[in-house]
Amino acid sequence: MQAPVQLTISPRLAKNIRRNVKERMIELILMLAALVAVATTFAIVGVLLYESLSFFKTVSVVEFFTDTQWTPLFEEAHYGIMPLVSGTLTTSAIALAVAVPIGTIAAIFLSEFASHKTRETIKPILELLVGVPTVVFGYFALFFVTPLLQSIYPELPSFNMLGAGIVMGIMIIPYIASMSEDAMRAVPMSMREGSYAMGATRFQTAIKVVTPAAVSGIVAAYILAISRAVGETMVVAIAAGQQPNLTFNPLESAATITAYIVQVAMGDLPHGSIGYQSIFAAGLVLMAMTLSFNIIGHWVRKKYRESY
Amino acid sequence: MEHKASVLENLADVRAMIKRHKRNDTLFAAIGLLCLMFGLVTLMLLFWQLIADGYPKFNIDFLTEFPSRRAGRAGLLSAWVGSLLVMVVTFLTAVPVGVAAGLYLEEYAPKNWFTDLIEINVSNLAGVPSIIYGLLALGLFVYMLDFGQSILTAGLTLGLLILPIVIVSTREAIRSIPVSIREAAYGVGATKWQVVYDHVFKYSYGGILTGIIIGMARALGETAPIITIGALTFIAFLPPSPITTEPPFLNFEWLSSGFTVMPIQMFNWLSRPDHAFHVNAAATGALIIIVTLLMNGTAIWLRYKIRKNIKW
Repeated sequence: MQAPVQLTISPRLAKNIRRNVKERMIELILMLAALVAVATTFAIVGVLLYESLSFFKTVSVVEFFTDTQWTPLFEEAHYGIMPLVSGTLTTSAIALAVAVPIGTIAAIFLSEFASHKTRETIKPILELLVGVPTVVFGYFALFFVTPLLQSIYPELPSFNMLGAGIVMGIMIIPYIASMSEDAMRAVPMSMREGSYAMGATRFQTAIKVVTPAAVSGIVAAYILAISRAVGETMVVAIAAGQQPNLTFNPLESAATITAYIVQVAMGDLPHGSIGYQSIFAAGLVLMAMTLSFNIIGHWVRKKYRESY
Repeated sequence: MEHKASVLENLADVRAMIKRHKRNDTLFAAIGLLCLMFGLVTLMLLFWQLIADGYPKFNIDFLTEFPSRRAGRAGLLSAWVGSLLVMVVTFLTAVPVGVAAGLYLEEYAPKNWFTDLIEINVSNLAGVPSIIYGLLALGLFVYMLDFGQSILTAGLTLGLLILPIVIVSTREAIRSIPVSIREAAYGVGATKWQVVYDHVFKYSYGGILTGIIIGMARALGETAPIITIGALTFIAFLPPSPITTEPPFLNFEWLSSGFTVMPIQMFNWLSRPDHAFHVNAAATGALIIIVTLLMNGTAIWLRYKIRKNIKW
């Protein structure tokens, strides 16, 4: 009888194998974590499409985009998304009209005129203000800005797009200022020095040299701000009104896409009803709008980036 | 003679021009300062007004009472406990997943289309409006996975919402660690994970923490996604306590409990016609602002401190 051949693995080799297996396992786990991000995107698109498809079985796409009324919860239901889109666009336009000029000028000042110390103090404050919860801004719109506007224009309803839009604009100023300032800071000092050497003043350097050089970053900041305004929920849900209204008049009250979703979610709609599905269809439109703005923003930044 | 006069005239022109340009400079600086101050001062003023409005409710009873039909007696107890418990779930979801994903993308991921796909995804997710996460949670967590309108659902939703923030800040923190550190560790025979965990991760700890705090502050103030999943607005009970006096000392029933959070309580009080409730809303808003500003302030302070101290 022969003794069975025993395969012996040296302890060092065994340790190596164990190590390799462990390393592989860890890499796998880390990769799975990274895949959660991909899974989230797919889940968002999947859920929105799935519920919207059931919605579009009842409502034709043509009606969805051409009907001028949005009353899914009424007896005589209409499903035209346009009133919600008009509300969304109007409030966003007001917000940008406030935030773009003020934010840009503030950024130019901060980047080109302010002293080092001022900048180092103001910049963290701007970053701090970007993080203020939006529900608080709804309170401002309803109880400060709207009464203020009413004292100028007494016929203004207490829920109106103007007040909500202005507050949204004030909310976005730090965002635009901070991002544009980053873009201007990235312009190399030598360009400013060149400009000063030619005898240009600070103002001329800022407007004719630095701003054009940073334009890709500034425009990207605007576009990301649009996307933020379009997706903003609480300010408009609190202060702009709940009634879908096909108008671009900022003095009227109108619901936005986000305000409608909040309004329906606050009520108690049965799962699977048309009202329940309608918020997913509205969400899909919202998602398409913000996604296209985000893609344009990233594209602008990439395409027009001057490299030094 | 004539020539000299024209030079002198020219000189006067030039001087006038310089003067004009200097004036423009000062003018623009003034306008710029005004714009910057408009942004800052308006916001400060609004916060101040909020605190002044809510001041009558700044007492301990406000934190120890349940919401009530009577504005004077209504308090925040169920809301702040709800916020706290939701934040626990959010933290436990977003931090391990986000940090792991950041480590993978920065240290492990090969350069290929698949990694690009993940990266594009992360940057796009950061731009998705928060209410869309609410719709995702409503369709997926509440109905498909049947978690109901619970603390678990809310925590997971906010966890996904702040995931991009945690991933991006983890990556930025890791990127600032010089290659020489990694090479030194490899040089003494460390495995990849030993390098990543014992060196890269531990040195970038401060930066990662900054991102986590900013993310958690964002989650604390987020209202829209939680409304969308159908959180209740009038809760006069507390979820079962997570810690019990009997072994095993931990209790997970609270995960499936109904809840409300501070921003939703504020929204609820805001939408009531009775002005007395608006005082409660202001006090809640002031509390939310103070807590989020403190969190964000800590994070920003931490970041500046790290930036100053570390010189590789």
